[in-house]
Amino acid sequence: MTKLSNIRNFSIVAHIDHGKSTLADRLIQSTGTVADRDMEAQLLDTMDIEKERGITIKANSVRIEYKAKDGETYILNLIDTPGHVDFAYEVSRSMRAVEGSLLVVDASQGVEAQTLANVYHALDADHEIVPVLNKIDLPAAEPEQVCEQIEDVIGIDASDAVHISAKTGIGIPDVLEAIVTRLPAPEGERDAPLKAMLVDSWYDSYLGVVVLVRIIDGVLKKGDKIKMINTGALYPVDRIGVFRPGMEVIDELGPGEMGFLTASIKQVRDTRVGDTITHEKKGCTEALPGFKPSQPVVFCGLFPVDSAEFEDLRNAIEKLSLNDASFSSEMETSAALGFGFRCGFLGLLHLEVIRDRLEREYNIDLITTAPSVIYNIHMRDGSMVELHNPADMPDLTHVDHLEEPRIKATILVPDEYLGDVLKLCQDRRGIQEDLTYAGSRAMVVYDLPLNEVVFDFYDRLKSVTKGYASFDYVMTGYREDRLVKMQIMVNDEPVDALSTMVHTDRAEARGRAMVEKLKDLIPRHMFKIPIQAAIGGRIIARETLSAMRKDVTAKCYGGDATRKKKLLEKQKKGKKKMRQFGKVDIPQEAFISALKMDG
Amino acid sequence: MLEDWQHGGFGVYVHWPFCQSKCPYCDFNSHVSANVDQKRWFSAFLSEIERTVVGLEGRQLSSIYFGGGTPSLMEPWLVEGILDALKSKFLIANDIEITLEANPTSVEAGRFQAYHDAGVNRVSMGIQALNVPDLKRLGRLHSVNEGQDAFDTARHIFDRVSFDLIYARQDQTLDQWRSELKQALAMSVDHLSLYQLTIEPGTAFGDRFSKGGLAGLPSEDLGADMYELTQELCEAAGMPAYETSNHAAVGSESRHNLVYWNSGDYLGLGPGAHGRITQYGHRIATETHLAPGKWLDAVENSGSGESLSRKQDGFEAQEEALMMGLRLRSGIDEVRFEQVLNTKVEKIQGLKEIGMLETANGFLRTTEQGRPVLNAILRELLAG
Ligand SMILES: Nc1nc2c(ncn2[C@@H]2O[C@H](COP(=O)(O)OP(=O)(O)OP(=O)(O)O)[C@@H](O)[C@H]2O)c(=O)[nH]1
Ligand SMILES: C[S@@+](CC[C@H](N)C(=O)[O-])C[C@H]1O[C@@H](n2cnc3c(N)ncnc32)[C@H](O)[C@@H]1O
Ligand code: SF4
Ligand SMILES: [Mg+2]
Repeated sequence: MTKLSNIRNFSIVAHIDHGKSTLADRLIQSTGTVADRDMEAQLLDTMDIEKERGITIKANSVRIEYKAKDGETYILNLIDTPGHVDFAYEVSRSMRAVEGSLLVVDASQGVEAQTLANVYHALDADHEIVPVLNKIDLPAAEPEQVCEQIEDVIGIDASDAVHISAKTGIGIPDVLEAIVTRLPAPEGERDAPLKAMLVDSWYDSYLGVVVLVRIIDGVLKKGDKIKMINTGALYPVDRIGVFRPGMEVIDELGPGEMGFLTASIKQVRDTRVGDTITHEKKGCTEALPGFKPSQPVVFCGLFPVDSAEFEDLRNAIEKLSLNDASFSSEMETSAALGFGFRCGFLGLLHLEVIRDRLEREYNIDLITTAPSVIYNIHMRDGSMVELHNPADMPDLTHVDHLEEPRIKATILVPDEYLGDVLKLCQDRRGIQEDLTYAGSRAMVVYDLPLNEVVFDFYDRLKSVTKGYASFDYVMTGYREDRLVKMQIMVNDEPVDALSTMVHTDRAEARGRAMVEKLKDLIPRHMFKIPIQAAIGGRIIARETLSAMRKDVTAKCYGGDATRKKKLLEKQKKGKKKMRQFGKVDIPQEAFISALKMDG
Repeated sequence: MLEDWQHGGFGVYVHWPFCQSKCPYCDFNSHVSANVDQKRWFSAFLSEIERTVVGLEGRQLSSIYFGGGTPSLMEPWLVEGILDALKSKFLIANDIEITLEANPTSVEAGRFQAYHDAGVNRVSMGIQALNVPDLKRLGRLHSVNEGQDAFDTARHIFDRVSFDLIYARQDQTLDQWRSELKQALAMSVDHLSLYQLTIEPGTAFGDRFSKGGLAGLPSEDLGADMYELTQELCEAAGMPAYETSNHAAVGSESRHNLVYWNSGDYLGLGPGAHGRITQYGHRIATETHLAPGKWLDAVENSGSGESLSRKQDGFEAQEEALMMGLRLRSGIDEVRFEQVLNTKVEKIQGLKEIGMLETANGFLRTTEQGRPVLNAILRELLAG
């Protein structure tokens, strides 16, 4: 067992792409936790999607040992966290399990929106913060200015920020020393009843559910009978271990330590992150404060392109939700699309990640219907219902008014793009709350409807600012507004999967943009196809996709019969990527692409 | 079952895979080769005739077609030798059609009389365009005048002469095509093939196109306008389309090509030739080695140029018949092909409702509106 004074627990937090995972790599490597020949970039990003997109989605913890300049050997437990706003919940949860944070700031980019958000999370968790200026190897790095910025914008002392390059390894020894000397050791009582925090859990196909724990007081050993205080569930512990970063089984975990346990738990849903773990007998009585559960904010329907694959989809969703408790799903039926699921996600990236995994790991082609947020519908009779799917909008005669979720968005942007950002926020029905400057950068705070942001706001923001703006948001609550359901009719038939809720003032522009997009997305057919947007019975926009005029193969003689047949076989496969609505084939990607606005 | 192959007729296709030069648009099995030992090829063709004729002896042959490549590069004795061999194996219809594809250069025109004497009674000439710049762009070796001279020679020697034009060329306007087509109709005899230029992958045009080159190709709309104009002018001139791209005076249709579209039987001889033969209640699809050298070696060393022989099941054969038969203006026989049509009743009904298909005289056929979008119709029927 390790003395408390020789333990340091910390998270690595930063804006997306500022180099958290690369710093984790260097810490793992320079302490000899993983041999040089086994190193690979972003070692902790193990999922295919993480590797492909070069981003962290899931927080990961590792235990490393470090022999410090004071001659002592320390146990360091680090948690690498994701930077994307969709996964902010992972970050704040991880922080609850540790005492300090390395706040990484890209010295060529400076303070960004998630840098700020992470500082707030860290302060909430009473963390000691060590600012780390990364990427000083880059010619564009301006560590001095960025230090000033940290002091101005965030208000923390950056005079002893560590200057590093996680890529080249410059400054890594200083980071390790700073961890030991500047971050606090954990506190805890070895002899007190077991009190451990359930930090995270996931499904491993060999081991079942793996639970990441942080021991506060007491000792956890293999064979112990444990109890989850909130759920009341009891389990005998099968295995205890730590991540280095591979799993390594050990005998016990003492106060201040982090590690994992397995206990033949069937489903991730049987564990509740933030729960307190104790011994069945002589356990602690007082639970830890726990975490606010994560809430899905974006909903969409997922349907198999080939309706025969519904059962496969059901299986795949079950398996995925074993591993990711933050997404929700329930069965949904649609007149046109048949059976599918309505799923809730933390944001659009989360949605894309889950959809990608379903398509790739389970080989199912999916139709994703228009994403929606949750609206509160206040009925005439005084009751309130939540609307997750615009298709379920009740009859208007019973509806008194609607409320939509709002957010507080913080955007940091270089001065020259400020005008574009303000215009974008204004177009999205935003209300400006604050505008301050830090050097040549503006920080704007807007109150915006989530509905206007969830979908393509971030893409638009990146494009109008050439990637120089950063963005973060928190949900603030619900507010009444004039919202209506807009339907899309293709060849005179309503396509539920394209229904969206829109603000009355924006309806016409939205409708026009959508029908124009659809006209490009739907291939020409043998007949002309009217594409209309309607509110109630009123058509607000209309386009006509003209009929195909000529496609016949010019020559087809004896030898061409075989070739032509092969082509038809190929087209058969291509057609599987479309779904038929009435007589019209709509390609799978149209449902999402139709919603992307150019302005 | 397709036992009644007689319905569609029986033809032999002979492939000659060599050309003087390779045209940039062409994806036919055609190759440029400096010295071709035609005696060796003759032996190989004879050997293939012996092999493939087994079980078919005594059938009545309605057509023989020398296609290419450029069959007008064959020595007349070679053509004659092959014809004699075929005539010795099969019953020959009184009105047998024997076609040879010819490129319209003066050298080739010099051989026309000898082909006629060998038994050829119809030529199909690749005129392609009636203006010099376009002939150049299409990589053709002949001029307009040379082409016309060759054509005149042909029409004096043969009763039946057809020629091919390619339209929807780069930078071609609707008016240009109108006057060119009028000129073509004025010189035509009884048959015309009018092909919309197709950019085929793997050709020089295909490569240029995929790299963003080949500017000035017509839009779908202009292509459609040209197609419609073609129908109009040919109809008025008494040369209506009897198939997507083939026009003829009534009774002068190419019998050989009708074998393909009516799903008759055909033997394929030579490299890359396909065949369809109905025997013992099955339709058998055959293919031979594509590369001329490989085919020749295989025939000489193993006694067979065949690379594939596969029984089609009845349904597959019927689907193929539908695919080919709808190219014809007359369409396909609803009784003969009821097996496949019965499985597509709803789809056919839907296509009739939107004006793409119709039934006339017991035949299912495309409407005027459906004809130019046949691929979409077939996709609906066969790839649904
Ligand atoms: N030049 C330079 N590039 C770096 C340095 N550190 C990281 N990078 C690069 O920056 C990019 C992002 O690095 P990551 O470590 O994946 O960043 P992250 O903060 O973990 O990103 P998320 O997990 O997506 O939030 C990668 O291309 C790294 O190679 C550095 O010190 N110098
Ligand atoms: C096998 S070719 C040959 C005959 C002969 N070798 C000639 O070129 O004159 C038959 C006809 O198909 C047509 N053709 C070939 N490739 C084509 C293409 N890519 N697009 C349209 N028509 C084509 C030409 O009109 C050509 O005459
Ligand atoms: S178009 Fe005719 S001449 Fe030109 S390469 Fe093709 S087959 Fe040969
Ligand atoms: Mg990362």
